[in-house]
Amino acid sequence: MTLPLTDLLAIFPELIIAATACLVLALDPITPAPRKGWLAWFSLGALAACFGITSLQMGVRTMAFSDLVIIDPYASFWKLLLYTVSGLTILLSMAYLKEERIHLTEYYGFLLLALSGMMVMVSAADLLTIYLGTELMSLSLYVLAGFKRADGRSLEASAKYFVLGAFSSGILLYGISLLFGVAGSTRLSAIASAVSARGLDDPALLLAMILLVVGFGFKIAVVPFHMWTPDVYEGAPTSVTAFMAVAAKAASFGAFLRVFLEGLGGLKANWHVLFLALCIATLALGNLVAIVQTNIKRMLAYSSIAHAGYALIGVVVAGQVTADSAVRSLGLSSVMLYLAIYALMTLGAFTVVALLRKGGLEGEAIEDFAGLAKRQPIAAFLMLVFMVSLAGIPPTAGFIGKFYLFMAAVKADLAWLAVLALLFAAVSAYYYLRVVMVMYMRDPQPSTGLAPHLVASPVLTVVLACALAGVLVLGLYPDPLVSLATQAVLALK
Amino acid sequence: MDLLVLLIPTFPLVAVLLNGLLGSRYSHDLAHRLAWGSVGLSFLCSIGVFTETIRTGVAREVVAYQWIFGGDLTVNLAFLIDPLTCIMLLVVTGVGFLIHLYSVGYMHGEEGFTRFFTYMNLFMVSMLLLVMGNNYLVLFIGWEGVGLCSYLLIGYYFDKVSAAKAATKAFVVNRIGDAGFLLAIFLVFVNFKTLDYTQVFAQASQLSTGMATAIALCLLVGAVGKSAQIPLYTWLPDAMEGPTPVSALIHAATMVTAGVYMIVRNHVIYDMAPVALSTVAWVGGLTALFAATIGLVQTDIKRVLAYSTVSQLGYMFLACGIGAYTAAVFHLMTHAFFKALLFLSAGSVIHALSGEQNIMKMGGLKAKIPWTHALFLVGTLAIAGIFPLAGFWSKDEIMAHAFVHGQYALYAMAAIGAFLTAFYMFRLTYLTFYGTSRLDPHTAEHVHESPPIMIWPLAVLAVLSVLGGFLGVPPEAGWFHHFLHPVVTAVGAGEEHGGGVGLVMTLMVVATAIALLGWGLAHYLYSIRTEAADNVAAKAPGVYTTLLNKYYVDECYDALIVEPVKRLGLVWDWFDRTVIDGVVVGVGRMTQSGSALSTRIEKYVIYGALNVVGYANHLAARSWRRLQTGQVHQYAAIIVAGLFILVHLILAWWTGTSGTGMAR
Repeated sequence: MTLPLTDLLAIFPELIIAATACLVLALDPITPAPRKGWLAWFSLGALAACFGITSLQMGVRTMAFSDLVIIDPYASFWKLLLYTVSGLTILLSMAYLKEERIHLTEYYGFLLLALSGMMVMVSAADLLTIYLGTELMSLSLYVLAGFKRADGRSLEASAKYFVLGAFSSGILLYGISLLFGVAGSTRLSAIASAVSARGLDDPALLLAMILLVVGFGFKIAVVPFHMWTPDVYEGAPTSVTAFMAVAAKAASFGAFLRVFLEGLGGLKANWHVLFLALCIATLALGNLVAIVQTNIKRMLAYSSIAHAGYALIGVVVAGQVTADSAVRSLGLSSVMLYLAIYALMTLGAFTVVALLRKGGLEGEAIEDFAGLAKRQPIAAFLMLVFMVSLAGIPPTAGFIGKFYLFMAAVKADLAWLAVLALLFAAVSAYYYLRVVMVMYMRDPQPSTGLAPHLVASPVLTVVLACALAGVLVLGLYPDPLVSLATQAVLALK
Repeated sequence: MDLLVLLIPTFPLVAVLLNGLLGSRYSHDLAHRLAWGSVGLSFLCSIGVFTETIRTGVAREVVAYQWIFGGDLTVNLAFLIDPLTCIMLLVVTGVGFLIHLYSVGYMHGEEGFTRFFTYMNLFMVSMLLLVMGNNYLVLFIGWEGVGLCSYLLIGYYFDKVSAAKAATKAFVVNRIGDAGFLLAIFLVFVNFKTLDYTQVFAQASQLSTGMATAIALCLLVGAVGKSAQIPLYTWLPDAMEGPTPVSALIHAATMVTAGVYMIVRNHVIYDMAPVALSTVAWVGGLTALFAATIGLVQTDIKRVLAYSTVSQLGYMFLACGIGAYTAAVFHLMTHAFFKALLFLSAGSVIHALSGEQNIMKMGGLKAKIPWTHALFLVGTLAIAGIFPLAGFWSKDEIMAHAFVHGQYALYAMAAIGAFLTAFYMFRLTYLTFYGTSRLDPHTAEHVHESPPIMIWPLAVLAVLSVLGGFLGVPPEAGWFHHFLHPVVTAVGAGEEHGGGVGLVMTLMVVATAIALLGWGLAHYLYSIRTEAADNVAAKAPGVYTTLLNKYYVDECYDALIVEPVKRLGLVWDWFDRTVIDGVVVGVGRMTQSGSALSTRIEKYVIYGALNVVGYANHLAARSWRRLQTGQVHQYAAIIVAGLFILVHLILAWWTGTSGTGMAR
C-alpha cells in the first residue's frame, strides 16, 4: 500500500507536530543539561511553522486518507486556537517547571503528543479517527498530570484521571460500536445517511447518541460527568491544569460539535433536549459550588465547568429545530468564539496562579493573594482583568463572548435560557470579584509572615502580555475573530 | 466639531492611562494637574459643543468606529449630541471639574493620591460614554464602567472592613439592576433588530403596549438599581464610606442620576406604556417620602445627605412618571449643584473636625468656620426649596405638574416629603453650626477653615445653587424648557402647559409655606427648645427606633436573600464533599480492612456492572492506600447515574411528544 502524497500533505501540520514530539523525546538524553531549554524553543518553532501552514490552509476544504480526515476552515480554526494556547503553555511551563524544579524535557514531548492528538480530533471525519485522537490526547495528559512525581496529590490526580478517563472511553467506544452496528460504517457521512434512513426513534440510534453525549460530556466536563475535574485540576501541575482546561476542552468541543452536527445532525430534536438539561445543571452546579471554594485552582475548576455550561447554550441553539439555519449557525459560531475567548482569559488566570509564590511554595489558597495589590500592583491588575473578563464584565472579551451566546439564545426563542444564564453570570461575579477583593483589600495574614509575590521572568511577561492583549483587544474589537468563526461554521454541514 | 465631540471623553481617558500606568513614577503634583486639567479641557469642549447645538438646534451623531458586527447586529462606538446630552455633558464635566479641584485639597496627604485621581478620571470617561452614547450598548458600557468606579472608590479605604463591605454591597445590588437593564437591551434588539436610539425611537410606534411595558419595566429595574430607588436603595447610604468628593461626584451629582437620564432618553417607549409610567411615578413618590422619613433621625452628617439624595432622586422619578421629563432633568441639574455643594461643605466640616462625622458631637461651628457655614446654609436653603433658590423652582415645578394633572396622591407625597426635607436639612444645619459646642476638647483645638482650593469650588457651586433655577423661569416656559423641547416632545405627549397663572402662583405660595413650616419646626426643636426633640423621640420610642434602624430593610434583605443564597452554595458544597466523601471514605476503609470483606463490598457496591471500578478498587486496596481512590468509585457511579438519567429523559421526552414511545 502506498500513501498518496496529497494525503500526507493534507496532514502536514500533524506530521510536523508528531515528528517534533518524537525528536524532543529522542534528543532529550543526548542534550547536555544546560542546553535543554533549547528543546522548548525547538517545539515553539515547530508550532510557529504549523501556524503558518494552517493559516495557508484556512480556505481549503479537502478530504484525505479515503475520507478519514477532513481539512476545512472549521478544523483550521480550532487548530489555530490550539497552536496559540499550546505555544503560550510551553512558554508558561518554561518558567513554571524551573520554579517547581521538575524541568525535564520529556514534558514538552508529551505536550506535543497531546497536541497532535487534539489536531487529529478536530480534523477527523470518522468516529474511529476521533477516538484515536482522543486517546492520544488523554494518554499524554494522564502522564502530564502526574508530572510532579514527588507530590502525592499530583499522582492522585493522574491516577484518578486515568481510571475515570478509561471508563468514559469505554462508554464512548460502546456508543461508537452501536453506531457502527446501525450504519455499517464509522464515517460521519455514512452515519448521517443512516440516521435519515432509520428515522428518529430507532432505540439503538438513540442509545448510541446518549452514550456519545456521556463520553464527550466527560471530556468537556459537564455536570454530572464533571466529578473528576476539581480533583484533577487541583492536583496536576498548574501549567498542565491550564493546558487541560483550555486546549483539551477546546479540542473536545471541536470534535464533539462535528460529530453531533455532521453525523447526528438528523437527531437534533433529541440531543437538543439532552444538552438543554446538561446546560442548566452545569450552569447551576458550576457557579454555585465555585462560591464556597477556598483553593483557587478548585475555584477555577468549577469556573471552567460553568463556562462549559455557557458554551453549551450555543450548542442548544444549534439544535433548536424551530430556529432558522442562520440562527443555528450563529449559535455554533458563538460557541467557537466563546471558547477562544475563554481560552485566553483562563490561561491568563492560571498563569498568574502558577507563578504566584509564597515562600518558595505555590500559593494556591485564595487567601494567599491577600495584599498582592500592594506589593505587585501590575500582577494584581492582570489578575483583576482576567477575573473581570471571566465574570463577563465589559469592556473585556468575556463580555463579548457571553453577549454573542445570549444573543443567539434570544434569537432562537430561548430568551428564558439567556435570562437564567445571566442570573448565574451575576452569581459568578461574586466569586471572581472575591479574588479581586482579597488582592486589593486585605493584608497578608500576619501569622505566616509570608507575602505573596509573582515570579518574574521574560517568558512569563510574554504569556501575560499576550493573554492581556487578547482579553482587552477582543473586548473592544472582536470583528476578526467573529468573522473567522462565522466563516469556519459555514464549513460544517 | 466632530473632533470636539470625540475629544470630550478622550482627555480624561488619556489622563487615566498616564496616571494609571506611570502614576507611581512621577510626583503627586503632576498627577492631580493631569486629572483636573483633563476634566477642565473636557468641560471647555463641552461648552463648545453646547454653543454649537444652540446655534444649529439639531441633534447630530458622531461615529468613532464600527465596534461589533455579526449577523444582523451592527453596533458603532458613536455619540449622539442633542440638547439632553448637552445638559448632561455640562453638568458632568462642570460639576466634575469643580469636585476634582476640591479633591486636590481634600485628599492632600492621603495614601494613594494618584490612585484616587485615576479612578475619578476613569469614572469621568465612563460617565461621559453613558450620557453621550447613541445606542444602548455604549450606554451599557458606560453604565457598567461607572458601577465599577463606584465600587473602586467606595472601597478606596480598603483597609476598613466597613468600606470593603459597602463597596461589595453596592456592586452586587447594582448587578441586580444591570440584569434587568440587559434584558431590556435584548428585548429592544429582538423587536427592532438594532440598538441605535434614533432607529429604535423612530420605529417605537410599532410596539404593542405589552412589549413596550415589558421593555420599560426592565429598563426601570436597571434605573432603580443605579439611582437607588425602592427596593434597591440600600447600597447608597452605605456608599458614604468612600471619600467625601466621591460621595459628591458619584453618589449625588452624576452617577446616581443615570437612571433618570435613561428614563428621559427612553421616554418614547415609556409614553407608550402607561402602566410602566405610573410604576415609575409611584416608585419615585414612595422613595421620596420613605427616604425622607429615615433622614429625620440619622446622626451621621453624610448619611443624612445620602438619604436626602435618595429622596431627591425619588422626586426626579416622580417627575418622569407623570410625564414632566423637562422638570426631571431640571431638578437633576439643580440637584447636582446644591447636593454637590452640600456634600463638599460637609466634607469641609469633616476636614475641619479631623474626620468627625457624628452631628451629635458638633454644634456651634458657625464662628469657627464661617465660610463653610455660609456655603452650607446656601445649600440647605436651596434644597429646602426656599424662594428664589434653585431647588425651589425645580421642585415646585414637579409638584405643580402633579397637581395640575390631577395626581393628588403623588402631590401629597411630594408635599409631605418637601416638608420633611426642609425639616431634616435645617435640623442638620442647627445641630452642626448652631447651639453649644459638643465637640470633644481634643478635636476642638484643631478646628480650622479649609484651604482656598476647597472653598472656591464651593463658592461657584453656591452661586449656581442660587441662580441656577432662573434658567427654568417662568415655570414650564423658561429657556431650559425651550432648549430641551425637541428632545422630550419628539413623539406625542405634546401638552406641556400648566394650569392658569392663578393656580401656579397659589401652588408656589403653598410650596414656600411648606418649606418655611419645616424650617420653623426645626428652628423650634433644635434652636429654641433644644430638649423638646428628645421628648418627641421619647414619646414614640417605637417609631424612633424603627426610623433609626432604617425600617430594618437591610436586615430583611440579609435574612431573606443573602443568607439563603449563601446557604444554597454551602449545601451544594456539602453534598459534593460530605455525602460523597463520607460514603466513599467509609467504603474505602472497609475495603482495606480485609480482602474477603473487600471483595464482597465491592460486588455489593458496584453491582457488577462496572468492571473498571472494580479494577480501581483493587489497585486501591493493594498499593495506593494513601490515595482516596474510594472517590473514584463514586465518580464513576455518578457518570453511570447521569447516563441513566439521560436515557430516562429521552424516553420521557419521546413519550411526551410522539405518543408512540420506544416500546415499539
